[in-house]
Parts: sequence; structure tokens; C-alpha cells
Amino acid sequence: MAWDRNQMAARAAQELQDGMYVNLGIGIPTLVANYVGDKDITLQSENGMLGMGPFPFEGEEDSDLINAGKQTITELPRTAYFDSATSFGMIRGGKIAAAILGAMEVAENGDLANWMIPGKLVKGMGGAMDLVAGVGRVIVVMDHTSKHGESKVLKECTLPLTGKGVVDRIITNMGVLDVVPGGLKIIECAEGVTEDELRAATQATIV
Amino acid sequence: MKKVYDSATEALDGLLFDGMFIAAGGFGLCGIPELLLQAIKEAGTKDLTFASNNAGVDDFGIGILLQTRQVKKMISSYVGENAEFMRQYLSGELELEFNPQGTLAERMRAGGCGIPGFYTKTGVGTVIAEGKEVKNFEGQDYILERGIVADLSIVKAWKADVTGNLVFRKTARNFNPPAAMCGKVCVVEVEEIVPVGSLDPDMIHLPGIYVHRLIQGAHEKRIEQRTTRNKESA
Repeated sequence: MAWDRNQMAARAAQELQDGMYVNLGIGIPTLVANYVGDKDITLQSENGMLGMGPFPFEGEEDSDLINAGKQTITELPRTAYFDSATSFGMIRGGKIAAAILGAMEVAENGDLANWMIPGKLVKGMGGAMDLVAGVGRVIVVMDHTSKHGESKVLKECTLPLTGKGVVDRIITNMGVLDVVPGGLKIIECAEGVTEDELRAATQATIV
Repeated sequence: MKKVYDSATEALDGLLFDGMFIAAGGFGLCGIPELLLQAIKEAGTKDLTFASNNAGVDDFGIGILLQTRQVKKMISSYVGENAEFMRQYLSGELELEFNPQGTLAERMRAGGCGIPGFYTKTGVGTVIAEGKEVKNFEGQDYILERGIVADLSIVKAWKADVTGNLVFRKTARNFNPPAAMCGKVCVVEVEEIVPVGSLDPDMIHLPGIYVHRLIQGAHEKRIEQRTTRNKESA
């Protein structure tokens, strides 16, 4: 009735265009790489790499070659390595066309919360604040509601922010919404989801 | 000027003092100065403040200095993989200053480049901006972040020549060059020290001007998340 993780990733992959340099976050965003097809996409890993390849074959892991999730990966013929200051220079400087990230909450004004829940264990923001402040386009991929059925697409975020007014497009298991003046605009409903169902599951203003 | 020392302990001789501020390279467990961290543990230097992207795991990296309670404060972007860290933090024994990852890298780079502060849009409108000067440039708000100058930098590279010119390998470069730049003194551990003239001058990642002391040693280079794919499915 709604999209599963892989269908959300496949939908997010449609956002990417030939020639883009892109940063993918941890979780569902990582799956987006499986759905880019023939498009010429260069993946950035913020620990200092452009041109990130797939996981290595067993026995070919290299402890000097990991992604931002600390997983072993491989390089490609096009790969370039650089230091962390240079890496975030290209992020902050707007050279990365898009970032696809997970979220805990997103608000109708484009505010994003995805790094801490007060009172719970805080692990840190890593590079998320730099990414959402710097890249050309921020695409959030998330479940539309919490396990308890409460909307995570809100009028205002309740959790501490990762970035203010930074989100451009929201892809959830129920559909696709854009942040526009005055609220969110429905771009698409997921297979088997009606517009009424999407509206009912959304606390944010839909324009 | 002699830069090459026989051991990590000798390379740190005279540089360590209680309450000092150390910048360390590495991302996760990748490219961390594991031999120098071990030597600092053995030296027993206390009340350390570390600027380091992560805090290691319980028994490797900076984690070994948490076990011995040698760390007073961490300046990091992500500390998720360390149970002892969390225990000390939640009990108030350990101070923690979260920095966005790019802000931390740039604070190191700027400090090493003689830039005491810089404006960035990272963290505007978040808790990171609290108490920081905000300045508007061409309609956009930016916050003031300070450059870091550390008492000591500890860094891991792949190869060095005896003058300290460094070459890193793959993503093990990460925070190492900016960390190296921001220390008043920089001590580097490498897998191989080669004669002068055997590194291509066009391929030096960090010039030896930033490197004061150098050791060669055997590294464990532990993998934090071993992920693979099957040959059949590829």
C-alpha cells in the first residue's frame, strides 16, 4: 500500500541527474546507489573521497579505505582522495549538487532534525550540519509517521535542529512533497496511497 | 635537523604535560596515530583535551586513554561507538564539545594557517550557534567559529622521507593534514620512512615544514565495520 525502503530509495534515485556529485547519508539513502542505473553519478564520502565504489569482495577489505559510515568500500577508476578540510570545503562551498539524508522530523519551512533526541544517548551530528548548510539540494528520505502513527512531517520541529530552512524535497513511504512558500506541496503519492491519506498523515500545512 | 626518532615514547619525550591540548588525526579507526596514543597511555599524562573527530572504540584509539581516565575533554563530531565514553560522559566525568565535522576540520586548518576565526553557515539556527557571533553577508547569516591551535598534534601517515614530507594512503588521510597543521609541535607515525629524494615532490600531500618528529612502526590498522559483497552476486 505504501513504498518500502527499496522503493523509497528507487524514488530518491530519480532525483539524480547525469553528471551530479552527490553525498548519500546512512540508512535508506545508502540504498539509493543501487538504483542510479546508467546515470553517471559520482558519490562523495565526506571522510575524503569522490568516486566511491561498492563494498569489497571478502578478503579484499582495505583498512585504509572506508566510507563515512566506517564501512569498508572500494575505489573506482575516477576516484580522488583528499583531507577532511578539503572535503568539507567542497560541501560548504556548494560544489556537491545534492545530499540525500535520513530524518527524525522535518517541518513545512524546511527545518530538519536528524541528530539528537534530548534525554537519549547523543552520538553527534557528524557531517550532517555541514551537508545541509552547504550542498545544492537537500532531499530527505524518511518514514512519514512514527511507530505510534504520529506524523513526522510537522508544522514545526520539536527536536533540536540540524539545519534551519534547508530541506528542498521530502520522500517518505507515502509520497513526495516539496518545501514551497507557505508550506508543503504534494508532488506525488506512493503506489496505493490516496491524496486524502497523505494529507491525513501530514501535520504540516499542505498548499 | 634530526626528525626521526626510534620509538613513539622517545618522539614524545619532553612534549607531554598534564592538562595539555592535543589534536589527533583519524576518522573512526582509519588513519589514527595508534602508536603515539599507546605511548601517551604509557606516559600517564592526565587531564588531556583532545580535538579528534571520534573517540575510538573501547579498547583501541583514544578509547585506551578513556579506560585510564587520562582524558578530561573531547572536541568531536561523532562519538557513537564507545561504551566507556558514554558512561564517563553521562556520569559527568568527561566533558564533550560537539563540533560539526566540517567545522572541526576547518577550525584545525584555520588555526594552522594563522586564521583565528572564520564565518560559516554550518549550524546557523541550531544549538551550535548559541553564544556565537552572527554576521550577515549578502543576505545570509553566518556564525563565527574559532581556529584551533593545539599544544601537540599526533598524526598517522603512510610514508615519510627523513625531512618529514608526508604521503597518506586512500581515506586514511582524513583529519591528519589539518590536525598536523594546527599543533605547535607535530609528531607523526608512518608505516615506512624512505630516503630523501625517493618521494615524487609533486605527490607530497603534506610538506615536512609541518612535521617536527617522526617515527616508523608496525600498525594494527583495525577495521571497524567489515562490509563485503559476494562474488556470485556481483
